[in-house]
Amino acid sequence: MTTLFTILFDGAAYGMLLFVLSCGLAVTLGLMNFVNLAHGAFAMAGGYVCAVLVNQSGWPFFAALPIAFLASALIGLVMEQTLYKHLYRRNPLDQVLFTIGLVFMAVTAVDYFMGSSQVFIHLPAMLQGQFELFGIGVGRYRLMIIVICGLLTVGIQLTLARTRFGSRLRAAVDDPRAASGLGINVPQVFALTFAFGSGLAGLGGALGAEILGLDPYFPLKFMIYFLIVVTVGGSSTITGPFLASLLLGIADVAGKYYVPKLGAFVIYTVMIVILIWRPNGLFGRVTQR
Amino acid sequence: MSNDHGVGEISLRRARWSAPETAFWLIAVASIFLFSDRYLILTEMAWLGLFALSLDLILGYAGIVSLGHAAFFGVGAYAAGLLAVHGIVKEPVLALLVAGLAATVLGFVTSFLVIRGSELSQLMVTLGIALLLRELANKFSNITGGFDGLQGIVIDPILGLFSFDIFGKVGFIYCLAVLFVLFLLARVIVNSPFGLSLRAIRNNPLRAAAIGIPVNRRLIAIYTLSAFYAGIAGALFTQTTALASLDVFSFERSADLLLVVVIGGAGYLYGGLIGAVVFRILQDVFSSWTPQFWQFWIGLVLVLIVLLGRERMHRGVLWLPRLVMRRFTDARRGSAASGKAAP
Repeated sequence: MTTLFTILFDGAAYGMLLFVLSCGLAVTLGLMNFVNLAHGAFAMAGGYVCAVLVNQSGWPFFAALPIAFLASALIGLVMEQTLYKHLYRRNPLDQVLFTIGLVFMAVTAVDYFMGSSQVFIHLPAMLQGQFELFGIGVGRYRLMIIVICGLLTVGIQLTLARTRFGSRLRAAVDDPRAASGLGINVPQVFALTFAFGSGLAGLGGALGAEILGLDPYFPLKFMIYFLIVVTVGGSSTITGPFLASLLLGIADVAGKYYVPKLGAFVIYTVMIVILIWRPNGLFGRVTQR
Repeated sequence: MSNDHGVGEISLRRARWSAPETAFWLIAVASIFLFSDRYLILTEMAWLGLFALSLDLILGYAGIVSLGHAAFFGVGAYAAGLLAVHGIVKEPVLALLVAGLAATVLGFVTSFLVIRGSELSQLMVTLGIALLLRELANKFSNITGGFDGLQGIVIDPILGLFSFDIFGKVGFIYCLAVLFVLFLLARVIVNSPFGLSLRAIRNNPLRAAAIGIPVNRRLIAIYTLSAFYAGIAGALFTQTTALASLDVFSFERSADLLLVVVIGGAGYLYGGLIGAVVFRILQDVFSSWTPQFWQFWIGLVLVLIVLLGRERMHRGVLWLPRLVMRRFTDARRGSAASGKAAP
């Protein structure tokens, strides 16, 4: 029984981490229809920024996290303004080729500058180890992830649903022409959203270095996971990808615990079955356009 | 003069062999003698060209984007390897066919998944299938050898006559011959009414269905055929290198393949072959600059191609040859006209 709870707990932490990592992609891919396979590269950038700050410059871990967010957001903003902006209207093949090219460049560039071995971020003592809660072992680090990611999720949901920026974004995505007719600066909304999504990915990369592992091949290894979250979650709300990431996280942890021989096999199969069964995702609506 | 040409006549004219095509294959054959110290890289170009041809069939003619074409390559490679290791089919050409058929079966089964849904789910499903197979090959390491790959692949002489030599000459001629035969087949297919209907589907599936083309059946057929080609390419890879390891299924292989087809241009069959030659040369140059980091430059090429625009790039590359051709044909027409005028 306690193992079941531990699996659920670890799975939830893993899933929430996946959500923070991929919710930027949920917007670019799911809402703006841009196939961004290079999303993991932004996450990797955040992870490495955090690792360098903590390990080499001796920054405290919690101070490095916002910097990781800002660094990735800045990279995202620059990339969006210089490159991505021109590709929104291209066909998916061009977008795929372009972002694969970016992934290859990011992977080899990081390999060149940082070395190919896995990087660990030195954690403060208060985040290490675990404590007992009602007889269940609770990892401190995972608890922190659940708290941070939970707060972020609520924040994102509120931003999208309640703020002026959220309604602008939804309008810009639903019908860019009408939105710009109403005086919404659509390119600016897209640029900010892209930067924010990249920043979240960077934060996720920094938080996830401990659990997912951080090496130059991160963008390739986890690309499929991000894509699963978005395609399975559907793109109508942010709740879909959230539930999908929780499902994926728990299924992955449980799968590795109960049937270690099958490994990632289960997840890929489930993804293909879901895509066949509901091409618009589990929680997606039927697209009107 | 131009209005009363039927579709049949135009496609018949297209199906005729032109001078550049003949020249292409003559150069390919001549490379056996010209670059006798480069057989290994030539062999790679040949199977990569065949692999790219298989992607071109679905990408250029049917408009299906695949991120996991390595799945069929890998199945062909492992099939050829297993057939050789266990001595089930000793003769390479026969083993090639069996390996190709194994990939065909997989292609047929998965085609139903791929033709469903939007372009995005197509990407995801093809990618997922390749990853799934890689995972399977990894888990069943008692059969596939896992990360170390299949051990002890020994390929028998082709047709019992020509054994693979250490310089790779026989291997190259074998690959080139297979490539040529399959190319001829592809050429016939894409110029047939079937091929024309595929192009109609690529341009507008809805309209194609409206004029009575069974869209799904055609897509399944070409996807299956493409899987056969990819399987043969994989088998050629295994037979000429005596290797079959997990990286035959890798995402990088599928991604590189997209680059190969894009370099050469999709939709006229030669794109894959030219792309394979250019890609392999690029790879060679890049890895002589920075041995471990050649992939960076490959990525840069991809990014630049997209930013420049694929059509614009091809127009730029073709500008000089087209100019030469125009001069050439103008001169010939001019001389023919003057010859007629003289008597």
